[in-house]
Amino acid sequence: MKNWAKDIFCALKRANVLQIAYVPDAGHKWLISACESDSAIVSIPVTTEEEGVAVLAGAWLGGQRGAMLMQSSGVGNCINMFSLITECKFPFACFVTMRGQWNEFNPWQRPMGKNAGKLLKTMGFSVNTVSHATKVGAKSEEMLHQAFTSDTAAALLLHQRLTPRKTFGE
Amino acid sequence: MVNQNTKNKVFLLNRRLVAKKILAARSDILLVTGLGSTTWDFAATKDRDLTFPLWGAMGSATPIGLGIAISKKDRHVVVITGDGEMLMGIGALATVGIIKPKNLSICIFDNGHYGETGMQKTATSYKCDLALTAKGLGINNAGSISTNRQLHEQIPEIVRGPGPLLRVIKVKAESLPFVLPPKDGVKLKNRFQAALL
Repeated sequence: MKNWAKDIFCALKRANVLQIAYVPDAGHKWLISACESDSAIVSIPVTTEEEGVAVLAGAWLGGQRGAMLMQSSGVGNCINMFSLITECKFPFACFVTMRGQWNEFNPWQRPMGKNAGKLLKTMGFSVNTVSHATKVGAKSEEMLHQAFTSDTAAALLLHQRLTPRKTFGE
Repeated sequence: MVNQNTKNKVFLLNRRLVAKKILAARSDILLVTGLGSTTWDFAATKDRDLTFPLWGAMGSATPIGLGIAISKKDRHVVVITGDGEMLMGIGALATVGIIKPKNLSICIFDNGHYGETGMQKTATSYKCDLALTAKGLGINNAGSISTNRQLHEQIPEIVRGPGPLLRVIKVKAESLPFVLPPKDGVKLKNRFQAALL
């Protein structure tokens, strides 16, 4: 299978992203590790996704570009914090691995799996979904370009078929 | 029960005077003020481009300061927020404890109450000690200030570092006249960047 995470990493490097806020996530495991190994990138393991939203607003105030890695459940944690992004027109780019969509073992992931995209749109985000590994690189570049050149909030939803199945040992 | 827990707490300093003294000690700090009283306190001292005053996004003051501190290592960042705002985003102290930016100070104006919403008590009116919390989350240089003398002694370190450091500054619970900074978020963002970059 094509390593789509590597394509995201290359897009982040090309876009000169220097801060990565993330909440640990199995789907982003490779990408988190790649960012942590890169000496130019500061990786920030936030305790909740909304904290990451605020860190990246600060990154921009200080003159650096940042991006966020999270899971669909994290979108729900961020709703009021997105008002910081939209009210001040901070550029914001996030890569969201989807749960509760496809081959999901844990039904508690379904509410945010079903609604993450809708909620992001409601909060004013440009939302794109990618389901095929070969398209992740181009969609990532497009999102980062849009976020940083037009001061907008953008999200790329990575369909669950791209990420490993979590089976809880069954 | 509630009264027993609160009877020995000391909240004495005048928050507007503390704000004035911090800014007087160093004029080029990058300042983030939290929703809402600390935002009014610093607007009352001076409306300045290098202050990013929060009108919303409660819990965001410390992580915004962290993002700025990572971006701009040659400038000192001071986050000033209230006990209620800090409690809403308390996990950010754990993140600061991991990243350990040398150029970040966090001051919590602690009056033990939610001043904007009718003076309901916060956890610091009970057993919560935010300086102890900060230490437990990895910010070793953390402590409380409850007298003017302590304030004078410690302000130079607050505005110069090295960080990360956190000071809980015990202030009176009082409702002061509103002094409001601009509330246009785009303007606040742009003027901060124009003055800094």
